[in-house]
Amino acid sequence: MRDLHEITLTVNGREHTLAVEPRRLLVDVLREDLGLPGTHIGCEHGVCGTCTVLLDGASIRSCSTLAVQVDGRSVRTVESLASGPDLHPLQEEFWDKQGLQCGYCTPGMLMRAVEILEQEPDPTPEQVREEIASNLCRCTGYQYIVEAVLAAAPRLRGGQQWDPTAGTAATVPTEAKA
Amino acid sequence: MKPPPFRYSAPTTVSDAVALLVEHADDDPRVLAGGQSLVPLMNFRLAQPGHLIDLRRVTGLDTLRLEDDVLVIGAMVRQSTAERSPDVALAAPLLAEALGHVAHPPIRHSGTVVGSIAHADPAAELPAVALAADAEMVATGPGGARRIPAAEFFLGPFTTALEPDEILTEVRFPPFPGGHAFVEFARTHGNFAIVGVAALVALAGGEVTRAAVAVSGMGPTPLRLTAAEEALVGRAPGAAAIEAAVDAGTAGLAPAGDLHAGAETRIDIARACLRRGIEGALARALDRR
Ligand SMILES: Cc1cc2nc3c(=O)[nH]c(=O)nc-3n(C[C@H](O)[C@H](O)[C@H](O)COP(=O)(O)OP(=O)(O)OC[C@H]3O[C@@H](n4cnc5c(N)ncnc54)[C@H](O)[C@@H]3O)c2cc1C
Ligand code: FES
Ligand code: FES
Repeated sequence: MRDLHEITLTVNGREHTLAVEPRRLLVDVLREDLGLPGTHIGCEHGVCGTCTVLLDGASIRSCSTLAVQVDGRSVRTVESLASGPDLHPLQEEFWDKQGLQCGYCTPGMLMRAVEILEQEPDPTPEQVREEIASNLCRCTGYQYIVEAVLAAAPRLRGGQQWDPTAGTAATVPTEAKA
Repeated sequence: MKPPPFRYSAPTTVSDAVALLVEHADDDPRVLAGGQSLVPLMNFRLAQPGHLIDLRRVTGLDTLRLEDDVLVIGAMVRQSTAERSPDVALAAPLLAEALGHVAHPPIRHSGTVVGSIAHADPAAELPAVALAADAEMVATGPGGARRIPAAEFFLGPFTTALEPDEILTEVRFPPFPGGHAFVEFARTHGNFAIVGVAALVALAGGEVTRAAVAVSGMGPTPLRLTAAEEALVGRAPGAAAIEAAVDAGTAGLAPAGDLHAGAETRIDIARACLRRGIEGALARALDRR
């Protein structure tokens, strides 16, 4: 029974039209169909957060979301953060403060951190700790992740020029659009 | 794991959605709201519906409104939308407080208030809130719409009074002029709680005039603790009334133990949550006067 549904997704500023089986998870469509393996899969039941992406700006679990559910909407993945070799301030601070060891949780942590700092550009350490509790990390003990998010906050507040969609949208030639 | 194949429809009206439930009745059809309970269950193949009927395109279900003093929450209102709504904060502060305990923000961005009530997990917060608040569920089936009081809605673990061809279109929360508190104990904040308590109390003339208390995690459904309510009404708000309510409320409870907590531990935790919940609701009721 292959029941294909046509959906349109805007991913990191680029629009795609795809035919997907309803049982396909958003995370698998991003990784396999769109060639964006930055979003990781861990527990596959909403618990760990490594699959976190932004849907119309709000963080969601892409492992617990069917691709057909997000037809017509806009998704941002970790691939949108860096612009070529230029890392996003959050990525630089994760590097600098050792906010990652194995790196498995990192794509989800970064996307959740983007949202946390958009909602509260000047958070307290307690707020970051509370908010990042949605995502699990088995390596760092969280302390360095919290420090990295706090260190990135003033840089993002400082109006450092950074276009969230520049990473992919600007570098994709229009004819490559699906 | 991944879900096995199933058919999928995204109708645009409630009547089309109901018609699909009827048409595919032999195919184990299921309504899909936020998917935050259903999709994980399907990933693990613990649920294998043959046909999913997604409510995301149904017009009118994503509204949250006040009808006189009654807060009406449509089936596709996300938990995070309700959590941030000034109408919810004003008209149903108990619900607003409980929402902060439901999973984590990324799950609340997708999960719906009504979906959590329809799912009827005995450990979940919102069914207990609906029960304490005397909420009404509005169900639409082939024969039209009917209202189901919360007291008649929760029948067992993950089992409700909804018929297989009915869709919950909205949940209605009547006003409660008084104080509220939602208190729970979870091993990790954001995970499912072991026990939760939803409490509402009203005061007048130096005594409790109305009390509504429900508990989650202590039985196959959320439970209304009428004995605790009776122990409060007519008494002056104070330690003696609270202790009497805690004793009365927990006297008849016989929770099943599981790997999270044994029966005795659950009763101990329920006593502590009940005490804090009633204290908190009384303190707010005193503030309000
Ligand atoms: C990691 C994790 C942690 C969680 N922690 C908590 C927690 O602490 N507390 C808690 O309460 N919940 C928790 N949840 C569950 C979450 O709150 C779900 O969002 C909620 O239980 C279901 O809402 P939904 O909109 O996602 O429903 P769905 O998953 O879409 O549906 C759930 C069930 O309800 C039925 N249904 C949904 N809407 C309707 C309707 N309108 N009419 C008829 N039937 C309907 C569906 O058919 C399905 O059987 C957690 C989930 C995850 C993944
Ligand atoms: S893989 Fe999605 S939450 Fe773990
Ligand atoms: S860095 Fe290994 S899980 Fe977080």
